[in-house]
Amino acid sequence: MHGRPRKAPVPEDEAASAAKAEKLRALQSQVLSNHRHKIYTEEALELSTRLVEINPECYTAWNYRKLAFEHNLTRSDSNPNSVKSILEEELRVVEIALRQNFKSYSAWHHRKWVLSKRHSSIEKELWLLEKFQSADPRNFHAWSYRRFIAALMDRSDVDELEYTQNLIDKNISNYSAWHNRSVLLSNLMKKNVEGFTEKDEVLTKEYELVREALFTDEDDQSGWFYHLWLLDQTVKAKSPLLAVEGVNSSTVNVEYGSNLNQGLVWKPLSTYKSRAAQAWITQLSFPNADLHSLEAYPVEITVGHCQGIISSSGFHYSQSSHFVFTVRVQPVKKELKEGSGVEKISWTDENFYLCEPHFVESNLVAWFHQLCLKNEHEPVANAWQVKIIEEEMKHFCMLSDCKIGKLTLARLLTAYDALMSSGKLVHSQEILGLYIDLMKLDPPHYQYYKNEHSVVLLQQVMSSRESLLSRCFHYRDLTSSSRGYPMCLRLNKLSLSRIGSFAKLLWVQMLDLSHNELQSIEGLEALQLLIHLSLSENKLSSFTALEPLRQLKSLKSLDISYNEIGARSIDTTRYLCSSPLSNSIGNEWEQDRILVDGVSMTNYWEAFFVLKGLNLTQLDVVGNAIADENFTLFLVRVLPTLKWLDGVQLNLF
Amino acid sequence: MGELAVDNHVEYILSVRKRKDSFESLVMEHLTMSGAYWGLTCIDLLGKLDVVDSEEVTEWIMQCQHESGGFAGNIGHDPHVLYTLSAVQVLALLNKLNVLDIDKVSNYVVGLQNEDGSFSGDMWGEIDTRFSYVAICCLSLLHRLDKINVEKAVNYILSCKNVDGGFGCSPGGESHAGQIFCSLAALAITGSLHLVDKDLLGWWLCERQVKSGGLNGRPEKLPDVCYSWWVLSSLTMIDRVHWINKEKLVKFILNCQDKENGGISDRPDDAVDVFHTFFGIAGLALLEYPGLKAVDPAYAMPVDVLNRIFFGK
Repeated sequence: MHGRPRKAPVPEDEAASAAKAEKLRALQSQVLSNHRHKIYTEEALELSTRLVEINPECYTAWNYRKLAFEHNLTRSDSNPNSVKSILEEELRVVEIALRQNFKSYSAWHHRKWVLSKRHSSIEKELWLLEKFQSADPRNFHAWSYRRFIAALMDRSDVDELEYTQNLIDKNISNYSAWHNRSVLLSNLMKKNVEGFTEKDEVLTKEYELVREALFTDEDDQSGWFYHLWLLDQTVKAKSPLLAVEGVNSSTVNVEYGSNLNQGLVWKPLSTYKSRAAQAWITQLSFPNADLHSLEAYPVEITVGHCQGIISSSGFHYSQSSHFVFTVRVQPVKKELKEGSGVEKISWTDENFYLCEPHFVESNLVAWFHQLCLKNEHEPVANAWQVKIIEEEMKHFCMLSDCKIGKLTLARLLTAYDALMSSGKLVHSQEILGLYIDLMKLDPPHYQYYKNEHSVVLLQQVMSSRESLLSRCFHYRDLTSSSRGYPMCLRLNKLSLSRIGSFAKLLWVQMLDLSHNELQSIEGLEALQLLIHLSLSENKLSSFTALEPLRQLKSLKSLDISYNEIGARSIDTTRYLCSSPLSNSIGNEWEQDRILVDGVSMTNYWEAFFVLKGLNLTQLDVVGNAIADENFTLFLVRVLPTLKWLDGVQLNLF
Repeated sequence: MGELAVDNHVEYILSVRKRKDSFESLVMEHLTMSGAYWGLTCIDLLGKLDVVDSEEVTEWIMQCQHESGGFAGNIGHDPHVLYTLSAVQVLALLNKLNVLDIDKVSNYVVGLQNEDGSFSGDMWGEIDTRFSYVAICCLSLLHRLDKINVEKAVNYILSCKNVDGGFGCSPGGESHAGQIFCSLAALAITGSLHLVDKDLLGWWLCERQVKSGGLNGRPEKLPDVCYSWWVLSSLTMIDRVHWINKEKLVKFILNCQDKENGGISDRPDDAVDVFHTFFGIAGLALLEYPGLKAVDPAYAMPVDVLNRIFFGK
């Protein structure tokens, strides 16, 4: 019941209502009885007419009418006059029912059903729609019916586009019209219909239209999403770093040793079973390598020599790129393999020493910088794209004292930076300022702006060599036993609430993300070389939020102490990870159940699915609601390689 | 405002079940099965399911089953996928799924999938993403999801995705919070949420919160308690629920209570009904309101019931 005022029952009303109810009860039981006994006489049909007029949502009554309709059509012997009168009567009844309740799913469907039986008098339908749509321009049943009729009549998308234009001219606050416009326009551009082939011209016109709406009433949301869509259409022509699919031995050539693509299997690094990912992985094997020769094997990779790699937005990657590096094969140290003599990592500040720049250069960082695709012929942004975005920036500077103005400006500047130069974030300071303003201006959506702010902030840190250098540390000093430790990137204490893309940090083996406000670590799965990770003192609230770790097969030590795991009754990431609830874990877990027999799977399934494939030697979970004796017992069973739990050596158990 | 009037709400729901003769009840007689799901799930979330006679309810439900395997909204009505899910949900709630001939029920649902992956609501062919969700949710609860073409079902839902990130009833249909819940939950249950632009959709969804703290279902519409469920569960499934102000929403829902006679309405001071009472309570459960059972955002059922189905033995 919608929009009916609450009131105490009045006796007279009750009596009237009881009489009405009695009539309805009798009617309903008669119609259901006729339905059961397949009685389709005129009198019986008339009863159902009265019923759907009072109660248009009674679906069984409409089903009964459909049976009666078919029955009567068969009996009419295709006599055109009686067919016509049967059809007209049916449409008349629907019209009356819709006047009673024009949000009735059953009534609208009945009309479609009748019309799709035999084409007749469709012309009247548009006229009827006009009446309904002017009474309620947002009714989505009517809009859906309009698309159905337009298709049935073969009405052109251009005519329908004009209809949306008329509605918007009448009232800019008609989100339904804007929506339908986006559907029609997408179609027209996709089909290259005459007048819609020049994308820049089409978009420029649309920007003008939606700008008028946004500047007329900045609080009216009708144009907000349309503008964002146009922006997306504008920058889409140049592919940003997006998830791609189609990476395999025919789209990527890997020459190593004397092999070409031999036995290579490419796997997308993504949560669950997606075929698209930002990062893809394959493993090279050197079966005949002499482990002690220190021989360097060259590896050559060529990408983009043929089509087949497609981004999730439909962009074909086709710029040919080529890069070379060398691989040395070394035996794995025995103690590392077996995990004995593993030292405990301690993430406190006094254990970290800032790296000398030259050390960083000689390290993996430099390696990975060489490996970055150097696109000599990287496409420059088209002039029209830049022009459009500059024009929009100019306009929205004038609207920058309100919420949508600031937000749009921040998005335009982000798009502009992405278009203009590879990696140079000219406007990042200005963008960060806009998001800080928005957090103050619109507190209910604080976390949305905070997330956007975090992504830009982290990009800013990663984009310049200087800022990255100031965050590279040695673990312990370089003298004694610490030689075995990789360089540590410390992104701690940045108040990050999310991390976005890690594409520039693929070299990282030791990462400190502690003392942030992370609720999610999406994106971390790309760091395939990661061995040591601290997520201590964040806002992670469940093990399902750690799903990306399942992909990090080298991970040895993990610190998730002082988060909020187990403290919340609602898990907001349970459908972003693989589990039986999302039918994304097969039968294999039935066997696993036996493995942890005795420990309740119902309580710990999230932890089980994330941790069971990892070979952790150190884990810190203290300071989470979930951590107790039972959980310790569970961890020891699931992680047989574990040596250190919350700082305590485990073989003491 | 004030606190949640737990006892009054339970009382209200039970009284609606008994009051079958009013005009309002008669108009909705054809969807009593869904009414039972709303009412009983609500009572369970409030922790009072033991006041319900589960034998009596089970017996009535089984009288609504047809030869085809599908369930009707009430005795004497036709079978429909909507009421088939409601029947399965209520039986799951009461731990009575064992009374079902699982293959018979699932065959009915499987038979409603069309060539393009979409689902019809019944034999008369109305197609809607609501029915995709309903069918997928039902089959998953019965452990029979492998009987349909999941890939095609997912692709059909994706064909209803709009440029604002939301989903409509059918291809080209406008985004609507109820439809977004159905589409997202169907994708969640089939492990396909990676196909959704979570940031784009999350922004559209979080902008549904209006000044009063309530949520609307589409831009420039009035807030309504039922969207406390549709929008909130959608934001929860894509891990963006922190993008709205939860305290203000709790206040809005509590303000829609009829504290004297029980029940919750769409907006403050409107007439209450079971539908809004359920979605208000389920919304509060998602907001982690103290004293309520945890609720699952995709199956729209208490978490402990799902644990029994998916992890129990």
